[in-house]
Amino acid sequence: MSNQAPLLELKNIKKDFFGNQVLEDINLTLDEGEVLGLVGENGAGKSTLMKILFGMTDIRDTGGYGGDVLLNGQKVNFNSPFDALAAGIGMVHQEFSLIPGFTATENILLNREPQKKSVAAEVFGERLNTLDRKDMQRQAEEAIDKMGVRIEGEMSINDMPVGHKQFTEIARELSKAQLKLLILDEPTAVLTEQEAEALLDSIRGMSKRGIAVIFITHRLQEILNVCNKVAVMRDGVLVKDVPAAETNITEITRWMVGRSVTDSAKDRRDPPETETIMSIQRLWVDMPGETVRDVTLDVRRGEILGIGGLAGQGKLGIPNGVMGLYPAGGKVVFDGKEIPLNQPRACLDSQLAFVSEDRRGVGLLLDESLEWNIAFPAMQIHDRFLKPVLGGLVKWRDEKAIREVTARYIDDLKIKCTSSKQKAKELSGGNQQKVCLAKAFALEPKFLFVSEPTRGIDVGAKALVLEALKQFNRDSGITIVMISSELEELRQICDRIAIVSGGRIAGILPAGRSSEAFGELMVSSVV
Amino acid sequence: MSEVKEMKRTFIDEVREKLKSFGLPRLIITAFLLLMFIIAPFTGANFWVQITNVINRFSWNAVLVLAMVPMVHSGCGLNFGLPVGIIAGLLGATLSIEWGFTGPLSFVMAIVIATPFALLFGLAYGWLLNKIKGGEMMIATYVGFSVVSFFCMMWLVLPYKKPDMAWGFEGTGLRTTFPIDKYYGGVLSNFLRIQIGRLVIPTGALLFFALLALMIWAFLHTKTGTAMTAVGSNATFARAAGINVDRIRMLSVVMSTWLAAVGILVYEQGFGFVQLYNAPFNMALPAVSAILIGGATANKASITNVIIGTILFQGMVTMTPTVMNGLINLDISEVLRVIVSNGMILYALTRKTEATR
Repeated sequence: MSNQAPLLELKNIKKDFFGNQVLEDINLTLDEGEVLGLVGENGAGKSTLMKILFGMTDIRDTGGYGGDVLLNGQKVNFNSPFDALAAGIGMVHQEFSLIPGFTATENILLNREPQKKSVAAEVFGERLNTLDRKDMQRQAEEAIDKMGVRIEGEMSINDMPVGHKQFTEIARELSKAQLKLLILDEPTAVLTEQEAEALLDSIRGMSKRGIAVIFITHRLQEILNVCNKVAVMRDGVLVKDVPAAETNITEITRWMVGRSVTDSAKDRRDPPETETIMSIQRLWVDMPGETVRDVTLDVRRGEILGIGGLAGQGKLGIPNGVMGLYPAGGKVVFDGKEIPLNQPRACLDSQLAFVSEDRRGVGLLLDESLEWNIAFPAMQIHDRFLKPVLGGLVKWRDEKAIREVTARYIDDLKIKCTSSKQKAKELSGGNQQKVCLAKAFALEPKFLFVSEPTRGIDVGAKALVLEALKQFNRDSGITIVMISSELEELRQICDRIAIVSGGRIAGILPAGRSSEAFGELMVSSVV
Repeated sequence: MSEVKEMKRTFIDEVREKLKSFGLPRLIITAFLLLMFIIAPFTGANFWVQITNVINRFSWNAVLVLAMVPMVHSGCGLNFGLPVGIIAGLLGATLSIEWGFTGPLSFVMAIVIATPFALLFGLAYGWLLNKIKGGEMMIATYVGFSVVSFFCMMWLVLPYKKPDMAWGFEGTGLRTTFPIDKYYGGVLSNFLRIQIGRLVIPTGALLFFALLALMIWAFLHTKTGTAMTAVGSNATFARAAGINVDRIRMLSVVMSTWLAAVGILVYEQGFGFVQLYNAPFNMALPAVSAILIGGATANKASITNVIIGTILFQGMVTMTPTVMNGLINLDISEVLRVIVSNGMILYALTRKTEATR
């Protein structure tokens, strides 16, 4: 074995998006028939790595990548997914790419159908060949057999349960004769337990036939069950690459979430034992994909409270519900007064502020200048940056004051821009996030909700954003509730962390507790 | 040497960028208009008369084009429902005449009487548009059609008696077109009119437009105006900032409707006639295409867009018949107007996606 080149070898893969390093020196090898489990938190760089491997055009459009990809010892450079397909790499994406009205067989062999010569084709070229239905059926059956899971070839995609759609996609990849490496991106996320089990079986089957599989999933047990090797990524670095037999879930979790516990503990203070500033009682929020079922939570004055939990468990629903952006019920008492729900204005008037996780959708006026973005809410809610004209009859926009406050925040938060007149859409993600923060700071709130402040921004900007929040809390005593799916980040700046699971608070722990303790809470009542 | 080359290239790049942002259709229309001005003298048309015509047409139409601005700003899209406001204006005009006002006073009274109608229609129209967010422009078109058709009946049924307006034989029901020399015809255009040789400038009408444009410009600089622009730019953002999005949209529709009402009165005073029945049908598309030619998009428009667009569009409509008649004795101006106005709207709507959402 050793003298033979491995099927796939990644050497020093690097990738940056406009200066933001997202992948650093990734080295990875994969032999024929080997199953690699790739894990990592959202944003760790898994999908970017797979995109490079699959020759996605957005990689090339953003300046290509560094390092080499070797297939069977030969350097390859894919310009498009077609090249990757031709080289024997298949990929099943999270989103289905199937034609709903077609049958499984038709979808499996789409555009690669065996053909029969027809008379018209003699005249007009081979696009007018007819399909060889029999042979199609045979080939599809073959692929389905290879997969090892029974699906009905003649069934229309419309009529299939979601698991079968997933299998159809896999069968499509398997039907390609040249397939050597199959990438499965969270294939089990939509499957029931039984279906997932069947899928794992089929992965084992593929592996026996010599097809290598890269299996991306958040369900760690599956990795241990089916994979030969586990690769853990974090912040663009491959932190571990070990045989699956030599590790366990706790260990993998620890590698995934983070830097060692002692690191983040530095300069942590004890949770302030102050009175409750906001009391959330029996809150429900109807936010699609982030349903909050029954949350009761007390926030103490002056603290930074983290809210963590897995995606879809409802942590994002809490701020969106309290701030009135999604239909909600229950009771919220802030500073001794009850805040009416479903009225964004009422929350803002009580000096609450919210930095939304949906930067482009809710957070920014993309087509307007930074000045507008930062000053707008403060202008509308607190009548700031306005000059009374005609004895107060007309409230005139005070461009000078707006420019000044914008300039101040550009300085404070180190927002990279050409001028305060630049349009928000022209900034990078990290700088857009800083604008969102500046917008909230300009409101001079008493209480700040920050939702996923570091989602999709690079490491440098991340540190700056977190530092700014901490500063804001320490200097002005503002209570902050930060919602994030990255536990490590919460542990860096929060005093206490509440974990949401299944739309309820599973528990609140001081930030100093071990990642395992939080991990257990996260999965305690997942729905 | 190489530095100079570098400079040159950046300069050319700059020009290219400017041209690109100016837009191909606008470029073509500007070039076409310039060509017309150059050819005009050779066909025997007097240059100054042509200029006068263009300025005149501008002064009639500019307010109607201005009526597009508030709704574009609040994200309600282009006001294809302009006839709603026009009908309010026509009610003002006819009632003012019916109740015996004459001269400049009849113009003022027409605006005064039109205002409550514009408010009422605007509120209803705005309420409807708030129900169908995302499909405003199509619904607006049909609202315009319905209102015009409904009032085709009303003009006959309503008990107007004034002989100047009513059908001669019956004595009831309004005529399709009637002159308003006795009332407010030319009331703005003749105010402070400047005449230099064959060049005539309708100062009053231009001032009146300037006043309204200034009002809109000023409004957009106030707190509420800022909120309106933000609603159009990103309604969710505005809602998260505590803005009552529906109310702002409603306000913009009322403003657009009122401006349309005033706009038609300004048009009539310049044109010298009141046109009823199907006439309002033909007002919306030219106004929409004018503001688009001026460089506005479905959710961004400025006063500059209004001015440039009206000059280009009306200039083209005025110049083409003269020049074409002189050249080939054939009037294709109407055909050209239809092609350009509809083509421009199509072009702009296909580009609508360019706005970042």
